[in-house]
Amino acid sequence: MEQRNDFPSKYPVSYPVIGAGGDTGSWRMFRPEIDKDKCIKCLFCWIYCPDGVIDRDNLQINYDFCKGCGICAKECPRNAINMIREE
Amino acid sequence: MKKLFDTGCHVVAQAVKCADVDMVAAYPITPQTSVVEEIAALTESGEMNCRFLPVEGEHSAMAACVAAAAVGARAFTATSSQGLLYMHEVLHMASGCRFPLVMVNVNRAVFAPWTLWADHSDSLSQRDTGWLQLYCCSLQEVFNTILQAYYIAERVRIPVMVNMDGFILSHCRMIVNMPDQEIIDKFLQRQPNGWIANPANPSAYACVTGADLYPGFREELFNDTKNADKIIVEAASVYRDLTGFWDGDLIDTYRCDDADTFIVTIGSMAAEARLSIDLLREQGVKTGLIKIRSFRPFPAAALSAVLPDGARVMVLDRNYGLGTEGGIVFSELKASLFNRAAKIEIANQIMGIGGSDVNYQMMADAVTSAWDIRR
Repeated sequence: MEQRNDFPSKYPVSYPVIGAGGDTGSWRMFRPEIDKDKCIKCLFCWIYCPDGVIDRDNLQINYDFCKGCGICAKECPRNAINMIREE
Repeated sequence: MKKLFDTGCHVVAQAVKCADVDMVAAYPITPQTSVVEEIAALTESGEMNCRFLPVEGEHSAMAACVAAAAVGARAFTATSSQGLLYMHEVLHMASGCRFPLVMVNVNRAVFAPWTLWADHSDSLSQRDTGWLQLYCCSLQEVFNTILQAYYIAERVRIPVMVNMDGFILSHCRMIVNMPDQEIIDKFLQRQPNGWIANPANPSAYACVTGADLYPGFREELFNDTKNADKIIVEAASVYRDLTGFWDGDLIDTYRCDDADTFIVTIGSMAAEARLSIDLLREQGVKTGLIKIRSFRPFPAAALSAVLPDGARVMVLDRNYGLGTEGGIVFSELKASLFNRAAKIEIANQIMGIGGSDVNYQMMADAVTSAWDIRR
């Protein structure tokens, strides 16, 4: 199927880009921190994160966009993620 | 050229088959039911290469068509009356998303009280949804217009509603000449897609827009809907060149050349009205018929070009414009000719509501009684 990117203005199309939603990290009340000693690298946090801010390879969290929802901490089977109140 | 002798509903199914439609989603409703039955039978037997989706209601039917168009499929649905009304919000979505859908609406009056028979209150109540609206007065025209509707929709990227009167056309058998498939294929060559969903290049479509972006999209839709008249004219003339058939473009005229008195109407009444014109002509009244084929866009310039100064115009409406002076076509015509209003007399007669019989004598009487013409 033909795919165009040069849409005339009549088509209300938008493409995903990093940070399109703005500085969403500033919404955070609690920051998730991964305890590397407890972590077994099961990647549950990576797959459950609704914002895709956890890096799959080194499990670094991108705090610019993490909203602090806590789903990763809730799903972690080893309780390796602590939610720490932001100052 | 193949000859078909069948009911209006079955002619619709044959036209959809000829148009090489990829997906049909529909829900049965009287008097459109046998359109759905026939398409279901044709797809089931393999005679028609198309996906048929039996959905649970008209809202879903239109939503499924929108989804099909979103991946670039040629989609179709048919409905009638309450079914069309039930689709209402998704009709806006289809036009706002600029999806080239085609729908046949078998005109039927609306609830309440319950009724099954023809008038135009269903489709005319959807006039501001951004769909183009074409009206037919014979089964040959229905067949031709469905094909032309895809030609138009895929070029202007605006959905098209093809209207035919319930029972009068949907359940009447007429001979229809079907052009050869190669000719139809040539007429309906696939056009480049606009936006389509593509997992390899993900995008979001028609998301929340603020006051900075929203007005631009609506202005574009407004302008493109108005300018669709050129493509409707082009579709009719290309179709005539390829097949020899002509049903008019934005309007069709009959004996208008030297006329000073006119009947303007839409739908199947325009076929019967030809006899009224002949009758009035025999009685010495120089009468002509203007059939409005495209109600959206409204053919203001084409109508004005046919009507001479001093013309007397009788608009025959098969609907009530509730809260206005008369019928909806009457209001539209008056508005479009307002700058010439001092020079043209426009009268209105509402008839044929809820399938009540309309014959050529009644239409001729409407003309003679409006201007006290002695016969």
